[in-house]
Amino acid sequence: MAGAREIRSKIKSVANTRKVTRALEMVSASKIRRAQDLMRASRPYAKHMRRVIAHIAQATTDFRHPALKEREVKRVGYIIVSTDRGLCGGLNANLFRKLLADIREWEHQGVEVDVVTIGQKAAAFFRRIKVNMTASISHLGDRPKIEKLAGVIKVMDDAYLQGKVDRVYLCFNDFVNTMTQKPRVEVLLPLPAAAKQIAETPADAETPSVATAVVQRAHDWDYIYEPEAEPVISHVLQRYVEALVYHAVLENLASEHAARMVAMKAASDNATKAIDTLTLIYNKARQAAITQEISEIVGGAAAV
Amino acid sequence: MSTIRCDIVSAEAEIFHGEASMVVATGIAGELGIAPRHAPLITLLKPGAVEVIDAQGERHPYYVSGGILEVQPTVVTVLADTALRARDIDEAAARRAKEEAERMLANRGDAKTVAEAQQQLAQALAQLSALERLRKTLKH
Repeated sequence: MAGAREIRSKIKSVANTRKVTRALEMVSASKIRRAQDLMRASRPYAKHMRRVIAHIAQATTDFRHPALKEREVKRVGYIIVSTDRGLCGGLNANLFRKLLADIREWEHQGVEVDVVTIGQKAAAFFRRIKVNMTASISHLGDRPKIEKLAGVIKVMDDAYLQGKVDRVYLCFNDFVNTMTQKPRVEVLLPLPAAAKQIAETPADAETPSVATAVVQRAHDWDYIYEPEAEPVISHVLQRYVEALVYHAVLENLASEHAARMVAMKAASDNATKAIDTLTLIYNKARQAAITQEISEIVGGAAAV
Repeated sequence: MSTIRCDIVSAEAEIFHGEASMVVATGIAGELGIAPRHAPLITLLKPGAVEVIDAQGERHPYYVSGGILEVQPTVVTVLADTALRARDIDEAAARRAKEEAERMLANRGDAKTVAEAQQQLAQALAQLSALERLRKTLKH
């Protein structure tokens, strides 16, 4: 019966694992609701901010703000949003794989890469590979605050304005629905590149087309700035970067809980199946042992 | 009467969304009245009221604590702020974020406990999937 004891202890350990995965599944299931609400609430602001930015990029301004000018790309910056914890399926891995391909491509062209990370997983991943990590923040919790993000945003913003990086990307997991999360890499700065990207994204039902208000007018136009172009554009830019990064964090948070819920549900189901199988094997082994014992006794009795 | 589309949003919610015959707001340089087909304009808002007068002439007042007003001939967008923030807070936060990155780089391979526990769980899960395969082969 030595085999039977081993099988029994294995069943126990699988059952313990199932307890953990069940618990994680339920925690995420309860948190996803709040995360989705937060994400939905921040969507309109991000959407309208993108539209305003698309308009600004199309205006012909006398004042040349650095964010409005496309520079030759010598160094790029990535703002990478990830989760703090693991066990959420391939969520982080998918994003990093996509990013890594991009980064290799840049390196191939002789362009250097700076990253700032949000969340432990990205920090852990990007310190292993050879990129320049200039700032990082983690432990944002279930209700991320813009104030906490201000640091990493400022580091990247300053790097751009001082000409240290020529292009800034924002990377996060876009929450499509509970089953699907899409890794996204978006251009944040300079604005013309960002606006081009906005124009290319297919318009959804509520926003017929992001740039419609302007596109019909072929001739040059400019805003009336109150009080002046410089402070207004600087202010709008700061808000733009903040709003989009914040929104990305919320999208990623909702994605995290959804992905973890699905992954842990699959793990729990697998554990249940494994327990069933092991129980069957255990019973067979037990039955075999009994049969053998009986046949030994019968054999012994017959020999007498 | 012609109307202009008006969207008022804050970081937390969509506040107003619809057609308006006039939008009145307090810009940083003074009061503004935006009628349909207004010239493109962009300004910062002072804390104060934003009033939307809809096609029926009804007034909808909203309060914003600052923000951005953008006008295109057919659309008015108000990006309202909710919290005011000082510049120096940003500086301190930036410094902390940098230190965090340095700290992470300094003690590579540390910060065990949680990571280790996760690794163990990941291993258990791998075992489970192996068992799953075993089960499939046993069926035949």
